[in-house]
Amino acid sequence: MPQLSCQDITLGYEGKIVVANLSFTVSAGDYLCVVGENGSGKTTLMQSILRLKAPMSGQVVTGDGLKPEEIGYLPQQTEVQKDFPASVREVVRSGCLNGCGMRPYYNRAQKDMADENMEKLGIRDLAKRCYRELSGGQQQRVLLARALCATRKLLLLDEPVAGLDPKVTKEMYDIIAMLNQSSGITVMMISHDIAAAVKYASHILHIGNQQQLFYGITEQYLQSELGKIYAGWGGAKV
Amino acid sequence: MTAGTGTFWENLPNLSIADIMNKLAEYFEFVNVRYALVVGIFIAFCSALLGVTLVLKRFSFIGDGLSHVAFGATAVATAVKLTNEFWLVLPVTVICAVLLLRTGQNSKIKGDAATAMISVGTLAIGYLVMNISPQSTNVAGDVCSTLFGSLSILTLTSNEVWLCVILSIAVIVIFFILYHKIFAVTFDENFATATGTNAKRYNLVVAVIIAIIVVLGMNMVGSLLISALVIFPALSAMRVFRSFKAVIFCSAAVSVISATAGMLIAILVGTPVGPTIVAVYIFGFAIFSVIGFFVGLRR
Ligand SMILES: Nc1ncnc2c1ncn2[C@@H]1O[C@H](COP(=O)(O)OP(=O)(O)O)[C@@H](O)[C@H]1O
Ligand SMILES: [Mg+2]
Repeated sequence: MPQLSCQDITLGYEGKIVVANLSFTVSAGDYLCVVGENGSGKTTLMQSILRLKAPMSGQVVTGDGLKPEEIGYLPQQTEVQKDFPASVREVVRSGCLNGCGMRPYYNRAQKDMADENMEKLGIRDLAKRCYRELSGGQQQRVLLARALCATRKLLLLDEPVAGLDPKVTKEMYDIIAMLNQSSGITVMMISHDIAAAVKYASHILHIGNQQQLFYGITEQYLQSELGKIYAGWGGAKV
Repeated sequence: MTAGTGTFWENLPNLSIADIMNKLAEYFEFVNVRYALVVGIFIAFCSALLGVTLVLKRFSFIGDGLSHVAFGATAVATAVKLTNEFWLVLPVTVICAVLLLRTGQNSKIKGDAATAMISVGTLAIGYLVMNISPQSTNVAGDVCSTLFGSLSILTLTSNEVWLCVILSIAVIVIFFILYHKIFAVTFDENFATATGTNAKRYNLVVAVIIAIIVVLGMNMVGSLLISALVIFPALSAMRVFRSFKAVIFCSAAVSVISATAGMLIAILVGTPVGPTIVAVYIFGFAIFSVIGFFVGLRR
């Protein structure tokens, strides 16, 4: 049984359809890349998987022992956090909240998990620094560590490399690949970068023109007309 | 207040440390002065705790709106001769807090416009009722003391003090139980919701607590200055500190110290309590801005 299955979902705002009839599944260990142009509804899709926004029709079902609140989420960068006083440790630990239940404070195991995840992403020595004073790449690592605290199974990443320079982008992709391969975490990532998508992902979901243009494994995508056009441009951004 | 016999400036230079101590000891004989200090410290502490969240969530305008609601409700309560106005003012303010939060999330009426509507409306109604009601002979004086809290903190009864202390303790306990959830919801509401934290519920709790603090704070500084109590400690602490925990504790400390100092000064030199407290908060903010500047240089 897949960890996540979207059955014929249609997304939109106030009656206006953004994208219709999406159907795909994500199974344990998959690395799914969602590609499509700006405004095609990729972020909206993630929000309905996270139950932040109800789809207009269709269903998102989690399975394989995954509870909906156990999905780790790396949001598309927002402006809200610009002047927020928060240390890196505080931000990372806030990912542990879904394991707290009624308990008001984090227990030893959760604090250790937060430390481990910071270690894994190479930000352990930043623990006491202020989040907003970090570089863009460091901030993304912090948010990724927070997402890791919230899940052991599935990560949803919304444009994790947007605004990062090429070197830091490569590092970020390597970290995500490492999490997928060594830690066995399923990844669903939104990206504009088709070259990277076909390089790292096992599956591709391509949306555009308010519909699902392609869903399948990466090899098939490269064989398809669509894949030939986009990937053939040698890493053109969609 | 009966404190000074002369004006502020006449009294100020004449005070030596011994004089001050004697004078304070004299005033502490009065139970009302002790009540005022206890209540003031509790309210200062609570408002500083919640102020950080409000400022960070851009909710601070709600505190301002609610203070006008509380003013209107107080005026009505006085006009209809309620023995304990509290039981009208608190529920009305809590209900308005919930309404404001709802409309704030509704995209059709913008949150700030809704707040302005409710706060201006209740302010006007309150003033009208005060004028019409035969109860008040000195409308200007009444309005002034409700807005600036000139005396009421020194006229608290022991019941009011108990109520205030109990509510304050409840606010503090709730805040610390929900501390991590409030942090998560304030920092990133979407992430918190996605990982199973009921952000709407915590926003509601915050709104209700704010309403309680506003109503309590009216006694101390009056309804017009209550926002100062909520905003200044948070902004001062944020000048210097860079973690949520440090900001919370610093803001609580700043608030308690400033409020105490403000009340003592007001008692000693006979200035109105509310504005004096706010003046001390402003002074504190200036100091923290300077410290923040130098800390920033060193970083
Ligand atoms: N809160 C909203 N209210 C109304 N329309 C929205 C909202 N958020 C996004 N949209 C619209 O939905 C479409 C899809 O947006 P989004 O999912 O963010 O696209 P993507 O992430 O693929 O760039 C866009 O046309 C956008 O204008
Ligand atoms: Mg997007």
